[in-house]
Formats: sequence, C-alpha cells, structure tokens
Amino acid sequence: MSTTSLIVTGRRTRSRSGGPGSRSWGVGKIAGLVALIVAAVFALGPLLWTLTTSLRSPSQAFNNPPQWIPFNADFSNYAAVFDQIPIGQFFLNSTIVTLLIVVGQTITCTLSGYAFAMISFPGKNLIFGAFLATMMVPLQTIIIPVFLIVKSLGLQDGLGSLIVPALGSAFGTFLMRQYFMQMPRELGEAARIDGATQFGVFFHVYARMAAPAISTLAILNFSGFWAEFYRPLIFLQDQSTFTLPLGLVGLQGNLGTGSISVVLAGVVLSMIPSVLLFIVAQRYFIAGVTAGSSR
Amino acid sequence: MSATTSIPHAALRVSPGEVKPPRAVRRPGARRAARREGMFGYAMIALSMLFVTVFTFIPILASLGLSFFHWDVISPPTWAGLENYQRFFTDGPVLQSFGVTTVMAIAIVALQLSLGLFLAVLVNQRTSTFGRTFFRTAFYLPLLASTAAVAIFMGYLFDAKFGAINYYLGLLGMSDVPWLTSPFGAQVTIVLIVVWQQVGFTFVLFVSALMAVPTDVLEASSIDGAGPLRTLFRIKIPLISPTILFAAVIAFINAMQLFDQPFIMTKGGPGTATTTATISMYQTGFQNLQFGYSSAIAIILLLVILAITGIQFLASRKLVFYQ
Repeated sequence: MSTTSLIVTGRRTRSRSGGPGSRSWGVGKIAGLVALIVAAVFALGPLLWTLTTSLRSPSQAFNNPPQWIPFNADFSNYAAVFDQIPIGQFFLNSTIVTLLIVVGQTITCTLSGYAFAMISFPGKNLIFGAFLATMMVPLQTIIIPVFLIVKSLGLQDGLGSLIVPALGSAFGTFLMRQYFMQMPRELGEAARIDGATQFGVFFHVYARMAAPAISTLAILNFSGFWAEFYRPLIFLQDQSTFTLPLGLVGLQGNLGTGSISVVLAGVVLSMIPSVLLFIVAQRYFIAGVTAGSSR
Repeated sequence: MSATTSIPHAALRVSPGEVKPPRAVRRPGARRAARREGMFGYAMIALSMLFVTVFTFIPILASLGLSFFHWDVISPPTWAGLENYQRFFTDGPVLQSFGVTTVMAIAIVALQLSLGLFLAVLVNQRTSTFGRTFFRTAFYLPLLASTAAVAIFMGYLFDAKFGAINYYLGLLGMSDVPWLTSPFGAQVTIVLIVVWQQVGFTFVLFVSALMAVPTDVLEASSIDGAGPLRTLFRIKIPLISPTILFAAVIAFINAMQLFDQPFIMTKGGPGTATTTATISMYQTGFQNLQFGYSSAIAIILLLVILAITGIQFLASRKLVFYQ
C-alpha cells in the first residue's frame, strides 16, 4: 500500500512540474510553439523568397506581392546566369580553392595536432602557446602583409593567392590536438612494442580514430572558404579567377535592378553544394559550432 | 574564447609522454630515443609551422612594424614614429567608423544572444525529436548562405520602393521605410541581417548546452517546488553561463570585423553611416594606398577587440558559474 502511494505521488509531482517528460499542453507551451513557428517563418522566409523569385520571369521578379508558390516556374533565369557571367568558371574556381584548402588543412592540422597532443619535444608548450595566441587576431589585421607576401611569391591574381596562405591553421591544429588529447596512450605504446614506427602509430592507430574530428574540421573549412568574400575581393582582379561570392556581387552590380531573378538564380546555384553537404553531414555542422567551445 | 582560457591548463598539464614508464630502467639508448622522438615531433609540426609562420606570425609582426612607417607602395617607406597613431586619434571619419562599429556590434550581440537563448529554451522544452530537428534545421539554414549571397537577396527584400518587406508593411498601413537609403535605417538593416544569419549559431550552442544540464538537478529543483521560470533563471541559465560568455565573446569578435554586408549593400553609406572599422581600413589601405596608416588602424582594432574581450571576461567573473 505504502509503495503504491509513493509511486503515485512521485508521478504527480512530475506532471505538475512541467519538467522533462511532462506531456501537459498548457497555455505556455502553445505560446512557445507559436513563437518558434513565427521565428522559423522569419528564418526561412527570405530563403524561400530567393528560391521562388529565381523562378519568376525577369520582368515580373520585382512585382509585389511575391509569388510564394511557383505555379508557372520559369527556369530561363538559370540558363541566363550562364550566359551573363562565367558562373561555370566561378563554380570551378570555388571548388578548386575550397577542396585544396580542406585537403591541405586536414593534412597539416592532423599532423601538428597529433604532435602537440602526443609527442614530447623541446619548446612544445611555447610553440603551441604562440599558435593559440594568433587565434584572436582578425584576418583584417594581417591582410596587408599577407597580400605583400602573396605578391612576392608571385601568387597574386591567381587561385594560389587564396589557397597557399590557408594551408596551415592554428585553430585547426588546436581542434585536432583537443581530440587527440582524449585518446588513450596505451594503444600507441602497445603498437610500438609490436614494432610499429612512430609514424605508423600515428597513421594506422590514431589518425583513423580521429575521423570525426577530421570531418568536423573539413566541414568548418568548407563552409568558411566556400562563402569567403574578403580575401578574394583583395587578391583577385581578373574575372576569370573570381570565386562564386565575388562573381555574384559583380553580376548584381552589372545588372542593376533590371533582372533580379537572374542574380537570384545564381545565388541559389551557389548554395546547392552547402545544402547538399548539410543534408548528408548535418551532425558535423553542429559539431563545428560547438567545436571551439569545448575545453 | 575558451580556447585561450585553456592555455594555462594546457601549459601546466605535464604531457603523459614526458613521464617515463616505471619499467624504464635507464638504458644507455634512452637519451637517443628521446632525441629521436623530439625530431619526430618537429617533423610532424613542420608543415603547420611553415604556413603559420609565413602567413600569420610574420604578418602580425609586419603589421606592427608597418604601422610605424609611411608607405604608399610606390616610393620606399619612410619612418613615421607614432604619427600614424596620432593621426588616428584626430581622424574624425575613422574614429566615427570605430564608434559605428562598436554600437552596431553591441546591438548585434545583444539581439543574437537574447533571441538565440529564447529560441533554445523553447526548443529545449519540446520533447519530440521531430520538432527539435525541424527547428534546428530552420534556424541553421541561413548560415549555409554566404554573406555575399545574403547581402544580395536582403538588398532586394529591403529595397525601399520595390522590396517585399515594405510591401507587407504597406499592407499594415505603414508608409515606405527608408531601410537602406537613410543613415539610421541602413545601420538597423545591417544589424537585422547579421542577426538573422547568425542567430542559428548561438541557438545551436545554447541548445547543446541546455541538453547537457543534468536532469537530476532539474528534478531536484522541481521537487523543491520551483516553477519553470524559476528553474530557467536560477538553474539552467547559471549552469550554461560559460557557454553564454563564449557565445558573447565570439559574436562580439565577429561583429567588430563586420565588412561584407555593409560593403556590398551600402558601400559604407549613405554618407558614412555604415562605414565600419574594417571598411575604413580597406579604404585607407587598398584605395588610398596608405599602407602604414592602414596597419596602424588594424593594430588599434586588434587592441580594441582584445580589450573588450578582456572586459567581458572580467565583468562576467561574478556572473559566470563554472562547475
């Protein structure tokens, strides 16, 4: 008897509290849901407008009200983008730059992150401290010297000007080191006793275990460099070297407000790779947000 | 950044690799083995070291050095001493750009954090995983667009004459708002656009922090009779305060570097209303070719960011609760 009454009171306290597991639908909960839906409408509205307006004919594109559902979708804008600007070239440029930086940083940051986490060598803490200290420095603060160095290396006005300076990263090194620090050392010691070389231990044992951290770093770099505007604006002069964001802004400037649906078609095209990647690797995007905050 | 707060811990921690395993009776080869491990360590960091040295360490020192020279790129640089820094403090437009940036950054951080926290708390209370996934995706999607793309389509939406936003406000009986064509309107618009895109970042951070709040603490507080609001302000927010500080610092550092949206949408105008600190730097450096002066502005911006970050940490020492 006493046990049942205990269970009952326990249950009652739970449902009254509104804490986790509560299924009651009070006024507060409904108001909360309404607030979330309103926020979602504001978050998605501009994106949906961009998509549907890119499917309207150029002469109607700026007519109000906006056409939220594309009844007679006009795909001619997507063909027009390719006629008006070399968007294929921009796509190729963005792909080359982003891909090479992602691959390059995966290599450099995995190697150095492992070294800072697992290997002892003189000056390690000093060098790592110097790496950390640079993470606060804005890109804009160092852009003039980077520009001059890029020029003196003969990389200016080419994709190399964007790629080469981004092949190393203090943040990426930090991210990988944090991940390697959590790994058990016994695995490596055992492999050494079995006759593995130092590099073999890294390559065959630990690097494989670091796949989630490598994916997170790759996604972070993809999002950052695919969308990058500042360095391309300063380093690139010749339209044939432009990446997508710079090329789209140029297209917008050339067309004025005459045919915004063509520009928006370009915007939609530029977002497709990010959206596809987000669909397949959403958890690494989320991990990327929290990556910096982990201790 | 909590990254930097972890320096002392990282530096103090003796890496287990340096602790000799107890079975290691000092063999004659031990020293050589340690040296070999050291060489291996240097080899592993060599690539990162090369790129970070050439494209980060040297540029930081070079920026600092350049700020003491006059240099127009064409003729050789001449020594300026502190003239560039003196000029900064008497240069009205540049000082104004720092003021504008600071005010806009404060507005961005305040809105981004409060809205992100509000939405995160609401989502956290929902139990269905479908709801959580849906709202997380909805609020994250703006981050998938490049800032350039956002500046382009928001420019159309906020257009004073033809934009959809003024159209809908017109239906509510409002006359056309000069979003991008008046100084204050342009500042407000750019703040709104940045918040619209970035709020998903703080939202995701706060949701994962709220999920990590231990349920036994919440149950204890509800057994003690605390209502949902009391639990939120007395338990949840104090427990996630380190994440709130981290989000504030990151958002502020980013907002102080605001460039793409005002550069693309208003070219810093109307007038100089949205000329941010980084647009000032761009104009003095890459348009007026005053590389020395531009470097001085860059160093001052760095110092401002470091100072405000430091203040945030000090001010929140009392407010932030570390478990």
